Amino acid sequence: MITVHNLHKYFGELEVLKGINCEIKKGECVCVIGPSGSGKSTFLRCLNLLEEPTKGEITIGDTLLRGPGFNEDELRKNVGMVFQHFNLFPHLSILENVTLAPIRHKLMTPEEAKVKAMELLDRVGVGDKAEMYPAQLSGGQKQRVAIARSLALNPEVMLFDEPTSALDPEMVGEVLEVMKELAHEGMTMIVVTHEMGFAQEVAHRVFFMDEGIIMEEGSPSEVFEHSKEERTRVFLSKVL
Amino acid sequence: MSEFMSDFYKVFIYADRYKMFLEGLRMTLLVSVVAVVLGIVLGLVLAIMKMSAVRKGRRTLLSVIANIYIDIIRGTPTVVQLMIMYFLVFQARAGFWVGVFTFGLNSAAYVAEIIRAGIMAVDQGQMEGGRSLGLSYGQTMKDIIIPQAVKNILPALGNEFIVLVKETAILGYVSIQDLMKAADFVASRTFITFMPLVGCAVVYYVVIKILSLGLNAFERRLRKNDNRS
Repeated sequence: MITVHNLHKYFGELEVLKGINCEIKKGECVCVIGPSGSGKSTFLRCLNLLEEPTKGEITIGDTLLRGPGFNEDELRKNVGMVFQHFNLFPHLSILENVTLAPIRHKLMTPEEAKVKAMELLDRVGVGDKAEMYPAQLSGGQKQRVAIARSLALNPEVMLFDEPTSALDPEMVGEVLEVMKELAHEGMTMIVVTHEMGFAQEVAHRVFFMDEGIIMEEGSPSEVFEHSKEERTRVFLSKVL
Repeated sequence: MSEFMSDFYKVFIYADRYKMFLEGLRMTLLVSVVAVVLGIVLGLVLAIMKMSAVRKGRRTLLSVIANIYIDIIRGTPTVVQLMIMYFLVFQARAGFWVGVFTFGLNSAAYVAEIIRAGIMAVDQGQMEGGRSLGLSYGQTMKDIIIPQAVKNILPALGNEFIVLVKETAILGYVSIQDLMKAADFVASRTFITFMPLVGCAVVYYVVIKILSLGLNAFERRLRKNDNRS
């Protein structure tokens, strides 16, 4: 589903990604962990070109990113993204937040989009908030709306960039629950997270990133309980 | 007291001189309104030119041109710009349009900065949110950024208009019969300097006061309808 080959990213002189290689299968849920500044978010943002890779090849589905005839807006319809700070549109109602993109892309009529949006909002448990505005919702509710907003385009891949890091502790669970369901339904997901419990329980594979590379990867038990790398053990000893 | 009354009579009543003040006020407001419209249109164009650099992440030809223009306008006195417009561009002809173009072109530079700042003040995450849903840069601007930026921009534009009204008091330099020029004229006719000037100051003050009260009310309404936290 996703193939990344020799991905490099520079910010000016600073090399943030130093050659990422990985392959992610359809339906797989991959959690990316690692210390801050290790390039986790940058890696994720390269996958939908919110950051432009400096070097390397990324293929998602049949699409070679920046290949001939490539259209980044088409890619992004197929690759949903959930942000740390939700990035809901504050001037639009919850319902409009979810229906905007499908309507603009002419994937659905406004009526169809509304039906679909209500379905999604019910699914993430905020159906009763449809007419409200983002400022009236709690952080956990906002993030669930953001997930519904991405799902409205029926993406094949979902990217999560520290989706629970900006939440009050008591709201983390409700968001993770929605993500867990999504993973069980077979969504291809890449989740940058500090929630080690979630990674252990839900991920099929875990990437440990440090200093711009994937230093270690494997099943949750391989990475968490039998880490091969010293750096992984040091990191885990600090966070677990 | 009787001297005050007789001065008042000479300055405002005799030969219907109050009408000159009203005519002057009309000219002042007319030039201001047409100039601010021109300023907003041109300012929007300049802001878009400037923003092209933000989008590309580097300077563009358009942004450089806009920056030079804004730099020159802001770096020279308006009265000098007015004289240049009058003597060089319009060859000392026709008052009204000299005023409109001078203040329109002048205002555009400030409006461009207001619009740019209003757009930049919208959280960067909003652009990413829109783009991540596959909306193009233009669509995201139109549906997400601009509607939020308008609430930052409108009050500042109102302010710009108020400043503009006051600045037009130099229109007399190129013999446009504005409010200030009317006071000048009456003073030269009556040899009374104090009262025409105070009269004209009072009129300016009242007009500006009305405008700024209106602007405040408008801002309050904007904030009341604001759904942002």
